[in-house]
Amino acid sequence: MSETSVTSYPRRWKKPPLIASPMLRWGLWLGAAIYLSVALGTMEINWARVAEGLPRGQRFLAAFFPPDFISRWDSIVDGILESIWMTVIATVAGIALSVPVGLGAARNLAPTPVYLFCRSVIAISRTFPEVILAIFAVKLFGFGPFAGFLALSIATIGFYAKLLAEDIEDMDPGQAEAVKATGAGWFQWINYAVQPQVMPRMIGLAVYRLDINFRESAVVGIVGGGGIGATLLTAFDRYEFDSAAAILIIIIVIVMALEYISGYLRKWVQ
Amino acid sequence: MPVITSDKGQIWRRRTSAAQWAIWGGWLVGIAIVSYCWKLISDKTVWFFVTDAGTQAADLAARMVPPKWSYMDALWRPVWDTINIATLGTLLALVMAFPIAFLAARNTTPHATVRAAALFVIVSSRSINSLIWALMLVAIIGPGIFAGVLAIGLRSIGFCAKLLYEAIEEIDAKQVEAITATGASGGQKLLFGVVPQILPAFAGISVFRWDINIRESTVLGLVGAGGIGIQLDASISTLAWTQVSLILLVILATVIVSEWVSAKVRHAII
Repeated sequence: MSETSVTSYPRRWKKPPLIASPMLRWGLWLGAAIYLSVALGTMEINWARVAEGLPRGQRFLAAFFPPDFISRWDSIVDGILESIWMTVIATVAGIALSVPVGLGAARNLAPTPVYLFCRSVIAISRTFPEVILAIFAVKLFGFGPFAGFLALSIATIGFYAKLLAEDIEDMDPGQAEAVKATGAGWFQWINYAVQPQVMPRMIGLAVYRLDINFRESAVVGIVGGGGIGATLLTAFDRYEFDSAAAILIIIIVIVMALEYISGYLRKWVQ
Repeated sequence: MPVITSDKGQIWRRRTSAAQWAIWGGWLVGIAIVSYCWKLISDKTVWFFVTDAGTQAADLAARMVPPKWSYMDALWRPVWDTINIATLGTLLALVMAFPIAFLAARNTTPHATVRAAALFVIVSSRSINSLIWALMLVAIIGPGIFAGVLAIGLRSIGFCAKLLYEAIEEIDAKQVEAITATGASGGQKLLFGVVPQILPAFAGISVFRWDINIRESTVLGLVGAGGIGIQLDASISTLAWTQVSLILLVILATVIVSEWVSAKVRHAII
């Protein structure tokens, strides 16, 4: 091999681009730049207000420390317990409602009209954030944890039924066929062919949803759905930021503990 | 498979007696907990309002139709703002989540204490809902879109960083080793060994979170942080239910479109 043929190759290696077509690549960058400039242009940040807020923000942050667990301790405990009850019941009720919806939303189990109906139930409950559901629950059922419980249960359906349906659609059809061949009825078929296949994942997801519901229970209180959110909002409204900080710390600790437990449980189940 | 021998011959059972008892005990404890929680919730509920809910719902439904279509003219701007809050918030979160993910991943973190700190940032960002972040930020920097963008950003850091660091921990170590063998420096190892492996996951996570953020940014207005939630809050407060139903329809449409876009993009990437 001669010296010249070696030098005719580029001496520096360049990383190949992620998007091969240069037109598309530069087009995407250009589009992103245009969007960003338009979006930032219409944002109307009131820098004067921000600048004015920053020293206030420092005082605000200073007001968070040290967190005050003591002076509102009773109402904090009350709120946390209410949130926990709400979470437990909402998860159980939500999952109980999700099972029929999930079975109906599985392509391979349900006839088309049932499938479409259940899918639209899932779509609607997934679309609206827990807070909007809670606003309406409060409107209809009055203030208190019952409204929060309903909002969380409905939100649970959208999450759990969807994943259940997808899991059923992915199941091994061989096992289902084998159970059917023994002459099993529909319920026996579900119980012996479908349920064992989806159960491990579903238990894991139930624990995961419990975790999510606790987090969300902190916000349904803001619109009147009871629980720790109500206590938190009261603390903010009274400018008792040290109590608010205490509540936030307690929420973080509980969520961390729940996450740890749910991770452990999911590993144990699978 | 346990088989029980009786005078009638062998009978097949699904579980051993011990397993059956354990399951029974589990159900007993579970049902006891749920009933206890339910009692506590129902003590705090005004049942008159609950039994009245049917009439209330019918009344509300009657007030909500037909949606006031002419109000749409006033909604285009809030919808645009909502999308901007979600998009800019997601961008902000990604910029901050990228380094945090590298600090939190077991195989790229400089030190165990740094990893613990990064994990703490992730958990606290995840456990505080965006609505609560918004509540705090509105107090600090004033109401408006900017507070919403920051709230979405702060809330999404944890989610993005968590999924990203899990992706980093699952990379193929051999590719990094190969890059190391060429004499690459630490930064080059990250840039050419790790980053290309996680880019598809990164893109998928961003679009996924963007989709969730669209949903979350629709309610930020309830606490004054911009977007369509402001109109929703105003319409509910003034009992303009025909406007509320239009807003709900708009939210439904926005969320469905964003879900479709995100599914398309993720499909194209993965």
